[in-house]
Amino acid sequence: MRARLALAMTAAATLTLAACSSGGGSDAGADETTGAGSSEGSGGGESIRIGIKFDQPGLGYQDGSEYTGFDVDVARYVAEQLGYAEDQIEWVQAPSAQRETMLQTGQVDMIFATYSITDTRKEVVSFAGPYFVAGQDLLVAADDDSISGPEDLEGKNLCSVTGSTSAQRIKDEYATGTNLLEQPGYAECVTALTAGQVDAVTTDDIILAGLAAQPANEGKVKVVGNPFSEENYGVGLPLDSDQCEAVNEAITTMIEDGSWEQILEDNVGASGYSANEELNPPTPAACA
Amino acid sequence: MDDGYLAQFSSLFSQFDVLGAFGTNLALTFFAAIGSLAIGTVLAVMRISPVPSLRWAGGTYVTFLRNTPLTIIIVFCALGLWGQLGITLSSDFQTNFFRLAVLGLAVYHAAFVCEALRSGVNTVPVGQAEAARAIGLGFGQSARLVILPQAFRGAVAPLGNVLIALIKNSTVAAAASVPETSGLMRTMIENRPDVILAIFATFALGYVVVVVPVGLATTALSRRLSVAR
Repeated sequence: MRARLALAMTAAATLTLAACSSGGGSDAGADETTGAGSSEGSGGGESIRIGIKFDQPGLGYQDGSEYTGFDVDVARYVAEQLGYAEDQIEWVQAPSAQRETMLQTGQVDMIFATYSITDTRKEVVSFAGPYFVAGQDLLVAADDDSISGPEDLEGKNLCSVTGSTSAQRIKDEYATGTNLLEQPGYAECVTALTAGQVDAVTTDDIILAGLAAQPANEGKVKVVGNPFSEENYGVGLPLDSDQCEAVNEAITTMIEDGSWEQILEDNVGASGYSANEELNPPTPAACA
Repeated sequence: MDDGYLAQFSSLFSQFDVLGAFGTNLALTFFAAIGSLAIGTVLAVMRISPVPSLRWAGGTYVTFLRNTPLTIIIVFCALGLWGQLGITLSSDFQTNFFRLAVLGLAVYHAAFVCEALRSGVNTVPVGQAEAARAIGLGFGQSARLVILPQAFRGAVAPLGNVLIALIKNSTVAAAASVPETSGLMRTMIENRPDVILAIFATFALGYVVVVVPVGLATTALSRRLSVAR
């Protein structure tokens, strides 16, 4: 009797799990782990797993059961062009340090997560795009007019995220008299900024704009608007993916029909930030 | 990816200061171990003392700190003590965060040191405390001269466990802006995603190399120092 009960429960559990991994749909929040084993190849008409940030307001953000942000909307548009409806998208969290691994092991089919195209990354993953060109910039208190670029940071306290390229660039090129505070996330940096303990937060301008557009920070902080690097945000794909051309076409269509501008305005417009017009909107590079 | 594993490791070691980062973790561990041993000993004495309010205070400290995640304590030290309250432990920007991290690690592990010592106290037969009182020693004297010396010797193994946990927990100091191994690992992954397995192996093996001797030493010490009764 007991054995039969156990068998029935196991069967029920297996069914529930199977339902979770194939259905997806409404609650994509909790199924980070389910995708690991079953890589069913992209474009099969079933569902697509897209890696995004969950913690970057304005870019990739989990707001209850909703996903919002520039990267998320671009991903939605591209997925639609590739033939996936909204309910066929499974959103998966892709933290910066895990993006290459997630693509290599097939946990996600593509990544839209402030993913800068670099040569070392190209050795292990493929990129489509770029779909946006960001630049490293500074976020300062709204009433602070003393900082207009990295040269003005002499003797000031600056915050960035541990291990990020932004923090490294400051250390290598501007560190002489700058005190660098490294925090686990940008939210902590903005906390330190609004508390007055650091004078500036640094990373890509669009990320800063997303932070500044948050209701809690609105009016308290501003983006300086003097970018001093060039970060090409690309769509991360598994190495030698056959999707690159199709994604590039979707990006080109998005830019041509005005959706790109609309998406940018909807997500970070409230901060008063406008993208660097010399470089934006970009033309997707040819696929390798 | 094709050039051998040894080439990958040597390129990582030449590009990044791996040993320096491990040095920072060991320095964090060293100072936090001293701090937590001092605080933990005081707490243990409070918890075995005949004064109810001291016992209560010690018990509350242990319950409170032992059940708070270390990350929260470290973030509080950085963003709470320094960020909101403006407390600085050094005029140098980086040294300040190093000390704040040591403070956070010390107060957290003190709770575990206290409990390890209490387990050591329990190895001392009650007759010893009664005999100490019978020859006219007060609580402080009997604790210092009779109970604690034996308690420390009985608690070497659990104290070693706390030390091992402390070594690995010192990586949480990254949350307080201390440039140590976990922060360096993130930097390395950001720059060299092509050799990601070698990066993981470097830090996993590095910690094994640091921790295994500590484990062996505490086992040997606990054997040698155990009180023959």
